[in-house]
Amino acid sequence: MNWFFFTTASSFLILVGCQRPAERLPILSKSREVEGKVVYDQIPDFEFIGQDSNRVTNATFAGKAYVADFFFTSCPTICPVMTRNMLKIYERFQDSTQLLLLSHTIDPRRDTVGRLRQYAQNLGVRSDKWFFVTGNKDEIYDIADDYFNVVIEDPTLPAGFDHSGRFVLVDPQRHIRAYCQGTDSAAVEKFMEAIETLLDEI
Amino acid sequence: MKSKVLLFLFSLCFFFFDCESNRHQQGEILYLNFCASCHMDDGTGLAGNIPPLAQSDYVSQNQGRLACIIRYGMEGEVVVNGKTYQNPMAGIPQLSEFEIANIINYVNQAWGNDYGYLPMNVVRDGLEECRE
Repeated sequence: MNWFFFTTASSFLILVGCQRPAERLPILSKSREVEGKVVYDQIPDFEFIGQDSNRVTNATFAGKAYVADFFFTSCPTICPVMTRNMLKIYERFQDSTQLLLLSHTIDPRRDTVGRLRQYAQNLGVRSDKWFFVTGNKDEIYDIADDYFNVVIEDPTLPAGFDHSGRFVLVDPQRHIRAYCQGTDSAAVEKFMEAIETLLDEI
Repeated sequence: MKSKVLLFLFSLCFFFFDCESNRHQQGEILYLNFCASCHMDDGTGLAGNIPPLAQSDYVSQNQGRLACIIRYGMEGEVVVNGKTYQNPMAGIPQLSEFEIANIINYVNQAWGNDYGYLPMNVVRDGLEECRE
């Protein structure tokens, strides 16, 4: 009898645990204490050029969440898989007005606006939903750091660049709320759950 | 008697595994190491930017050219299943002709492809033609 009670109770707990509504995502941005209050770093101001030759700035993402990553179109290593996984995110949240996507090229010398436009058109994605941006190389490399990404130019590599393929989820307050390895399909699935959670919040 | 039956079944297992699962093992490993990052594990490529190898009319109709493309890469437009692709592909010069043949024969039978078997001499002749 005791045993029966125990199993029933634990199954109940497990079920409730699974069905419990997801909690708020934590803020992952670096924090510091200012006059006794915790203040989180924000994604700094930026200004890049999108595939329609348009200016893409923080204002483009005002009031919305967005997923950011760093890639280049001629990348023979991790980028095609990253792009395919970004495309999955794009497709799942295509109709959500609350989520945008932002891909920065780390190879602005070769990835001109025209080339980015061609790449985006080939993917068949809307340019007001998924922004492919280029701009000043140092500014792109600097802001990669704020998005938890490492970008290094390394001429000894076949493609010339070394970079981490993280997808980063930014909320309307410019705080990072989730990230994942963009080449890992299972991790990207979980990341999309995190996006849902954030979208419920805003 | 019982042990003989067991032994027979055991060898049968080996026979099947040898002939089925391991048929294109080297080709598969090489494919995953050298090709899959762009053409993907499942051979579907990347929408509009990297052509598919799975259910690909180009692969099935250009068997003799595949070895050259793998070794020396490809530039310019290519039409696959009615879609035009223009991103250049880098060659993989470090692969031997035997390894190239194994990759092609893996691709020919992977993901539901049924493009036959490409013999070694065809691969070798193909490579001779594009060597310049």
